[in-house]
Amino acid sequence: MTTLAATGALRASWLLLAFPIFGAAVLLLGGRRTDKWGHLLGVAMPLAAFVYGLIAFFTLLGYSGNREIDLHMYSWIPVAGFQANIGLLIDPLSICFVLLITGVGSLIHIYSVGYMAHDSDRRRFFGYMNLFIAAMLLLVLGDNYLALYAGWEGVGLASYLLIGFWQFKPSAAVASKKAFVVNRVGDAGLSLAIMLMFAEFGTFTFTGVFNGSKSAGSGVALALGLLLLLGACGKSAQLPLQSWLLDAMEGPTPVSALIHAATMVTAGVYLMVRSNPILAQAADARIAVAIVGAATLLFGGIIACAKDDIKKSLAGSTMSQIGYMMLGAGLGPAGYAFAIAQLLAHGFFKAGLFLGAGSVMHGMDDEVNMRRYGALARVMPVTSVTFGLAYLAIIGIPPFSGFFTKDPIIDAAWESGGTSGWLLGAAAIIGAGITAFYMTRMVLMTFAGTKRWEEHAHPHESPAVMTWPMIILAIGSVGAGAFLIVNDRLVNFLAPVVGVPPVSHGIWTGPGLIALALALIAVAGAWAIYGRVPVPETAPRGSFVTVAARKDLYGDAFNESVLMRPGQWLTRLSVYFDSRGVDGLVNTTAATIGGSSGRLRRIQTGFVRSYALSMLLGAVLLVAGLLVVRL
Amino acid sequence: MSPAAYVFLSVILFVIGGIGVLVRRNAIVIFMCIELMLNACNLAFVAFARMHGNLDGQVVAFFVMVVAAAEVVVGLAILMAIYRARKSASVDDANLLKY
Repeated sequence: MTTLAATGALRASWLLLAFPIFGAAVLLLGGRRTDKWGHLLGVAMPLAAFVYGLIAFFTLLGYSGNREIDLHMYSWIPVAGFQANIGLLIDPLSICFVLLITGVGSLIHIYSVGYMAHDSDRRRFFGYMNLFIAAMLLLVLGDNYLALYAGWEGVGLASYLLIGFWQFKPSAAVASKKAFVVNRVGDAGLSLAIMLMFAEFGTFTFTGVFNGSKSAGSGVALALGLLLLLGACGKSAQLPLQSWLLDAMEGPTPVSALIHAATMVTAGVYLMVRSNPILAQAADARIAVAIVGAATLLFGGIIACAKDDIKKSLAGSTMSQIGYMMLGAGLGPAGYAFAIAQLLAHGFFKAGLFLGAGSVMHGMDDEVNMRRYGALARVMPVTSVTFGLAYLAIIGIPPFSGFFTKDPIIDAAWESGGTSGWLLGAAAIIGAGITAFYMTRMVLMTFAGTKRWEEHAHPHESPAVMTWPMIILAIGSVGAGAFLIVNDRLVNFLAPVVGVPPVSHGIWTGPGLIALALALIAVAGAWAIYGRVPVPETAPRGSFVTVAARKDLYGDAFNESVLMRPGQWLTRLSVYFDSRGVDGLVNTTAATIGGSSGRLRRIQTGFVRSYALSMLLGAVLLVAGLLVVRL
Repeated sequence: MSPAAYVFLSVILFVIGGIGVLVRRNAIVIFMCIELMLNACNLAFVAFARMHGNLDGQVVAFFVMVVAAAEVVVGLAILMAIYRARKSASVDDANLLKY
């Protein structure tokens, strides 16, 4: 990997970071003075970054040969033997993310103007959102792992602040803390990976690490791959660090759409795809990535099937879809480009679904229970149509996005060969069926059937400032997949970074058709359960699988019993040992010395004659001693 | 006359002085007893000097006298100060410095 120094319009790419940082600084430092116009500034900054992102994209398209442009910004820690620079890497991979983050981000900012209109803290919300955009852009644009890590922690902070945005709700405060703590486990993996890189290669830059990894031992590459995977699992809510994402839905819905669906949770996929030269040296780590992805795509899908909370169901779906991306990333050059395609398309349709869910909640007094929805298609026409288009995209009906982006991953998994290929492919196909089931269930329970509203509910269509972003995202959901996949547009665009897939898949593939058939069967099955017969207002008891899925497949119970309780025992044991053992020894010694000296000082009577007597006795003893020695 | 007699006298004087320091309460008397002990030592020094036939013991006796004179100066000054403050020369009354 070699990079060119930035020239021309790309010399100003620091603007991408400067716009949202400026917005965040003004909104968060300006205080209540900025309440009146804060949301307008908050929308303008990501839009400005998006406009510059488009300019950078077209400038990059103008480069015919090497499209990896490096802009050195400044030396962060200029110490001999430890050069940490902040620089931006504009290449095909990062520019895709820049357009996704700023584009979808701007739409969600616009939507938030309407969604958060009645919140007295709307300015603070936009400040945090701009902070998130800035950190996410640093994450994808950094030209070294240290800058990436700074952005990685920045999005974690923004995620924490925004999940707990309504911190007066105990559930939100707890959820934000949980997200932070679980992410810390993953972040530890990433930071260890970066330290290992520095120890092995003496540098953090992508160029240096990737060139060094070619000659590194397989053990180092495997360790790096697994540590990076741990980091990715934390940020992308993959097994076994998945438990925070479902609780993260306590945040405002635009946050769920932007951070916990479209962008931040896909940072793990970015990390995997960006580190492809390391994964190329560690086949075992790549298999681990694929297995994590395949397991999570089933895990998340099963949870999504059982949740009655529309946002939690969508969160399970997000886990599942990111599982597809991780599976794609785990397949090596055969899957990287398709993982990114799925990621971009997912950014559109999942953001659209979340904004649709937010629109429904907005009209239904923040009701999230789908069993109290029903028959909303007539009162919310725009929401239902955009939601429906995103629905068709996610379940992979041709010619919508999901069909184009998911099928290559399923096919690549199937084609990867051997028993593992067979298992991964089967998981991906079954996952497609599960996706179709829970999404159909969601659409039927929300928009079709009979009214099951609360008595005081007066659902209404959302204002234009909320519907237009949904419409634009719906258009993206319809067209993005075909645009990216047909003629291998994205594959060719990304080829310099991630390599070329060994075989060309075409549009219609055998495993893809099986997945499509299974999806149609699942749609029919969901209709038989939730469409043909009325949906009960209280949830039926359900089979043991349903019960387990309602409890997040016992993810929290597992964490509590395996990690939390032994941890508590350990701390209690340490406290006991500390107070009884260490403190006991020290305190006993101190008490003994204190007590005995308290008695000993009684010798000091203050009478001269007693001192004289002791002197005399001392002298007598001395003389006697001398005599004894002499004799 | 045998030198032993001087030594015995010296011991008797020292013991009288020592007992006086230990049992008396009047600071002046204690002072005098200390002088008695010092002079008992002087007597012993001089007696031994005579016995061994050199002047070392006599020289030391002069040193002891000088120290005793200096001690009297300082000690009597302290005693006067205590007496002025407390209207008493009893050493048992000055017992504030204790546990």
